[in-house]
Amino acid sequence: MSRDAASVPRGLMIPAFVALALLVLPIVGLIARADWASVPAAITSREAADALWLSLRTGVTATLLCVVLGVPLAAVMARTGPRLGGALRTLVTLPLVMPPMVGGIALLYLLGRNGLLGGSLTAVGISIPFTTAAVVIAQAFVAMPFLVIAVEGALRTAGTRYEVVAATLGASRWRIFRTITLPLVAPGLLAGTVLCFARALGEFGATALFAGNAQGVTRTMPLAIYTAFNGAGVSQQSAVALSLLLIAVAIVILLLMRGWRAGAVR
Amino acid sequence: MRASARPATGTRATRRRRVLATAVLAASALLLSGCATAADGTAGPAAGGSPGAGHTSAALSGDLTIFAAASLTDAFTELATRFGEKHLGVTVKPVEYDGSSTLATQLIEGAHADVFASADQTNIDKVGDAGLLEGSPRAFTSNVLEIAVAPGNPHHITGLADLASSGLKVVLCAPEVPCGSAARTLLDADHVTVKPASDEQNVTAVLTKVGLGEADAGLVYVTDVTAAKGRVDGVPIPDAAKATNRYGIGVPKAAENPAAGRAFVAFVLSKHGQAVLARYGFGSP
Repeated sequence: MSRDAASVPRGLMIPAFVALALLVLPIVGLIARADWASVPAAITSREAADALWLSLRTGVTATLLCVVLGVPLAAVMARTGPRLGGALRTLVTLPLVMPPMVGGIALLYLLGRNGLLGGSLTAVGISIPFTTAAVVIAQAFVAMPFLVIAVEGALRTAGTRYEVVAATLGASRWRIFRTITLPLVAPGLLAGTVLCFARALGEFGATALFAGNAQGVTRTMPLAIYTAFNGAGVSQQSAVALSLLLIAVAIVILLLMRGWRAGAVR
Repeated sequence: MRASARPATGTRATRRRRVLATAVLAASALLLSGCATAADGTAGPAAGGSPGAGHTSAALSGDLTIFAAASLTDAFTELATRFGEKHLGVTVKPVEYDGSSTLATQLIEGAHADVFASADQTNIDKVGDAGLLEGSPRAFTSNVLEIAVAPGNPHHITGLADLASSGLKVVLCAPEVPCGSAARTLLDADHVTVKPASDEQNVTAVLTKVGLGEADAGLVYVTDVTAAKGRVDGVPIPDAAKATNRYGIGVPKAAENPAAGRAFVAFVLSKHGQAVLARYGFGSP
């Protein structure tokens, strides 16, 4: 690690520092302006607890969904020809360039009451908008690309040498995937999962449009924060307090995952 | 992030990462340039605003920047155009519309506008209380709620009491925002209990959900129904006046062109300005 650091050209230190400042200073600003007297009440309120619990539940569910569906997609992308792979990569990247609000509208047009599929769903008594399921779908929609792109990159880097050798030794495709491919891409998978979870936790726009904003059902932390911000006066301070709570929870989770990885490597 | 740095050794991954980095850089450059124009929207000869130049139409010049609540969009776009026609020396910038709370926060944090028109008293008072407003804000118009339903009113909703029906999906604004607190005031006054499917962040979100047919009914302002004609129908509420929303307007102290700002406020309060507002469904202040 220290040798790596020494090999970074000196000239890169300045932009690196500016980058770090750009990322960290706004959060310092948030902390500096927080009205600490009001923080305990804001983060222990029923509303905050509901929102945090909902965010964690939906964020974890969406991340699991992304792993279960996204890893196979990444494997397909990494192991097909360049043309199909390129086309798939473009499709997977689309949600990244779409403003999440547009994603929310798109989900409504698909799964809403009058949507492409929603109409038939309504006919059989299933209504997705305004439910917790809608939150998970919105989060998976915006977060999946992060996981797929990270895992696909890792798969390409890992190459096919070991897989080919295992195949010549008679291992089944499924066994190769489990015992060789997955362990090889574990770091990429973990990085992708972290990014995916972080994105799901911060998801706002698609949720606001597609799922709505009802306490305990669809009001995740970002929506609770925005709702509080929209209220004039005191509630803006609780928006700041809730943001700090979300940041704190995210840091704890990221540290836990880091520790887990460090352990796994040893 | 250490984890993601590892697989980057492959050339493809590196290249992809580099493309991503370029994209991020470009995005931040865009963002920065956006900030720059917002911050020094001055450009024009702001110094021309000598005190007392407010009430004459002569000698007004420079740029006029207006911050207005989102619900004023159609009315203020017309008012701004009319004002520009009357004062040819003034360059009226495209009006910046957003939630009153967002605009108030931006002003308090140093944004420059020559006029701030808020959809409620609270948010303009917040700017005033911070000592950032010339004098005290003036009430310039008002708005009342109406029930927005799908075109043709398929559920035959006739009044607030119908919204309590459990078979209906009703969306309201969140209690934190003005339209939401007004909605609750009215529902409470009529002793109607509604369990909303969603507490939306603003009127537009309520309208979108009713307009798309995701919700069966929502409470929005009369002016929103007027603006969304064709997408939704309105069902008037007899005692809507119990929760009247009063709009406030004022000239921020940080105005670059206070003379033009004062003239615009006077124009909005004039008979002519009030007539424009009335045409969009707004009530008297």
